[in-house]
Amino acid sequence: METVKMQDMTVTDLPWKIEYQPDRCTMCGSCVAACSFDAIEAAMERRSITVSTGYQPSPTQKHMATPVIKQKSRLGNVCVGCGMCEKVCPNKAIRPVRNTDSRYNLLARNGGNTIKRGGRTNLNADRTLDRIIVGRISQMTDPSLDSVRHTFDILAPFGRVLPPNELPFASDGHSLKLTHATPPVKWIYPVIFSDMSIGALSTRAWEAIALATAYLNEKHNLPIRMCSGEGGMPVKLLESEQLKYMIIQIASGHFGWNRIIKAMPRMKVDPAGILIKIGQGAKPGDGGLLPAAKVAEHVQAIRGVPKADLMSPPNHQGLYSIEESVQKMFMSMNAAFKFRVPVAIKCAASATSVSVYNNLLRDPYKICGGFFIDGIQGGTGAANEISLDHTGHPVVSKARECYLAAVKQGRQGQIPLWAGGGIGMTGNAAADAFKIICLGANGVFIGKLLIQLCGCIGNEHGRCNSCSTGKCPTGICTQDPRLVKRLDVDKAAQNIVEYMLALDSEMRKLMAPIGNSSLPVGRSDALVTTDKAIADKLGIQYVC
Amino acid sequence: MCRIGAIKSKVPFHPSKALYLMLPQQEGHDNSGFAMTMQDLAGRFTPYKDKPLLSLACTQKGAKLVEDYMETNNFLPVHEWIPKVKQQPGLDIKAMPYYIFRNYDYPEHYGNATKAAKEELLLNTRLALRAILGKNEEGYAYSFWPDVLTLKEIGDPRDIATYFHLWDDNGDMMARNIVVQCRQNTNYDIVRYAAHPFFLQGYTLCANGENTFYTKNKEYQKSLHRGYIGFESDSQNFLYTLHYVLHELKWPIKYYKHIITPLPFEEIKSRPDCAELTAIRQSLGHLEINGPNTIIAMLPDGNIMTCCDSKKLRPVVVGGDDTTMAISSEVCGINTILPDRSRENDIYPNEREIVVINDRLEVERWKQ
Ligand code: SF4
Ligand code: SF4
Repeated sequence: METVKMQDMTVTDLPWKIEYQPDRCTMCGSCVAACSFDAIEAAMERRSITVSTGYQPSPTQKHMATPVIKQKSRLGNVCVGCGMCEKVCPNKAIRPVRNTDSRYNLLARNGGNTIKRGGRTNLNADRTLDRIIVGRISQMTDPSLDSVRHTFDILAPFGRVLPPNELPFASDGHSLKLTHATPPVKWIYPVIFSDMSIGALSTRAWEAIALATAYLNEKHNLPIRMCSGEGGMPVKLLESEQLKYMIIQIASGHFGWNRIIKAMPRMKVDPAGILIKIGQGAKPGDGGLLPAAKVAEHVQAIRGVPKADLMSPPNHQGLYSIEESVQKMFMSMNAAFKFRVPVAIKCAASATSVSVYNNLLRDPYKICGGFFIDGIQGGTGAANEISLDHTGHPVVSKARECYLAAVKQGRQGQIPLWAGGGIGMTGNAAADAFKIICLGANGVFIGKLLIQLCGCIGNEHGRCNSCSTGKCPTGICTQDPRLVKRLDVDKAAQNIVEYMLALDSEMRKLMAPIGNSSLPVGRSDALVTTDKAIADKLGIQYVC
Repeated sequence: MCRIGAIKSKVPFHPSKALYLMLPQQEGHDNSGFAMTMQDLAGRFTPYKDKPLLSLACTQKGAKLVEDYMETNNFLPVHEWIPKVKQQPGLDIKAMPYYIFRNYDYPEHYGNATKAAKEELLLNTRLALRAILGKNEEGYAYSFWPDVLTLKEIGDPRDIATYFHLWDDNGDMMARNIVVQCRQNTNYDIVRYAAHPFFLQGYTLCANGENTFYTKNKEYQKSLHRGYIGFESDSQNFLYTLHYVLHELKWPIKYYKHIITPLPFEEIKSRPDCAELTAIRQSLGHLEINGPNTIIAMLPDGNIMTCCDSKKLRPVVVGGDDTTMAISSEVCGINTILPDRSRENDIYPNEREIVVINDRLEVERWKQ
């Protein structure tokens, strides 16, 4: 036996401990096979057992080597609590249990490495939206609507809206006629499937979301749009009719754009929009990261890169000011699609979001078609834990401030505001969307919720969060073909479709009591809070 | 709920007619106030039709403040009517000490000014007076416009009428157009400014109902025009939008409806003017008005109009004969003042319609 060193790790040092009942285990090996993290192994242990084999009890003590399942206590094979072993065990002999005595934070940085993990904050789960209530209920003078029978206009703009006095109208005294084109505006469902790239997601997971998007549009008449995420998309999709449901993203790494540009002449339809990603809420200032482990062959092909860590810089390099970057990117993107496709911009919520928004609002070329702000609770991909937990900005007050900044100038609605980052974190995206729309957003974007609907078991309390490892146990954000197969595309798509249909009914259930047929953008009077500080900050009614 | 009404006639009539229009509807209002705006005046105001008329309710100090301001700003009073009121015990009225209706001459240097410049001057003057009077609650300046008179008071409309001798039709105080309402607001504190009709640069409006988009409308309107102030009532939003669409944007009146109650996107899609309607809906989304309501308005040219919310949750009826047309919340009011009209011609406007009555008493109807 090797010498034991004081600093050696034991499983008690790890965040999750395997609870194993050898008496139930038949050593089928399912758990070991299912554990994509290689956190458990079959081992031999010397056991002392009492046996009695005769007609009358005559117990004897036996010492024998018995096969068991054992948790590894190596940093490279830490159990992430995903529960796959439990799921596959036919005898309920094994399950992970959260370990409160973990020393993982002290140990995991060995070798001078930062901790990297899946993009969710594990510290900042406190949400303003949960303390806001829809409090203005229409009753007698302004009757509430019937959510089941009334028709509602649940649509939000994507694209630059001109102020009324700048509409190019000619009047003959009876009718108005547009004399020339206005910037493109698409009216879409107020929930966008947020940008998660092929690469970050497995092709199957991405496909499931794309499938759900098309299904919702074509079978349910719900004009949901999906954003590609950085890194482009399959050429087949680029050249298909379904491109009209897609918002193509260009991020700071510009991955995949080569193929998009090349596909342009063969595009049958325009995409729904372009989203220029500057930053994201989960890891502002940290750029994007696709670890080499996930850069599979097809990802290399789509992005045109070798198998290596792919870092997207935290900003678009070579541009030095908001005005400059906006002008350059927007001019080229708008021009590329002959000004038929709205171009929006996505930034992490931050202390300076309002300045950026003001800048965009005043842009004389009226080029920005949407401002997406992403809060601290957003993010799905891979990032440094230090960034995930200790940088970022809640989105609610920022969205509100942006709206009020526009109100001050009388420019509300001209650059549609979209808010995301934690929408649906507690499972109820309709309520979150509704409240933030009342505060001034035009719509929301959701990401993490979608992968949860696909089957992701990660959470904000450190469960799994292994999206950075390429070993996603549910096959959602890995490119390992063996794991990817675990994901049932149709079932994942179905879950998303069903959730969105429920969300749509729930939106009506919220619009009906306040008597609104169209989205209550900026109807802050519909909200109340029992928290005085929130009431003061957001300018909504304090109630108790 | 309010009850509202308007009368338009080829021959001048007395405000008592407006009272007779409103009183039968009193189950729908609470007798807590009376307000009316008269336009195209006759009687004692006939010689001064082109001179801006200031309608004022104030204290003695307020009257002095106004006099000083007008003098400093070179407005010359040319005619004044201070109604002799009937002080009678038991009247339910919270009267102000003075009611002053005074015509002015434009300042001399406005001799050759354009109509638009004059309109701006009148608005600025009223806003200034309102600010001066508002400081210590010394009074209320309701309107300052040629050929327009506004009277508003808190109390029982019958008693208010007695107080101002509005029952005595002696030919003194006459008009061809009147918009009227019998009620104080309930949504907010009782403020004289909050009583309908509201007036801005020749546009008069009163509404029955609720505007659940009040906050959103107000936030947007505040930045659109210096005259969009006060917001004592959610119905002021309707007036400001009317003014914005017709006076500022100079769009045809039928678009007013497309702004306050836009068609659903599905319906817009199938219209030949889809591009225009979409542009309007998206650019003016913050002027959409939600909630059950009916609007009656009077335009600077004397046309009166009505329209209602997109669900038609508040009543309104239009009826009349060759000389007089009336718009009213309830038909019983019109029956009282125009019992001999042919009732089969009455119009019950529907939810996607604007009805306008012009000076020749022709009725125009626009389907949205
Ligand atoms: S919980 Fe997941 S990571 Fe842990 S041993 Fe089981 S399968 Fe492996
Ligand atoms: S299940 Fe997959 S997607 Fe979910 S947290 Fe784990 S690794 Fe990430």
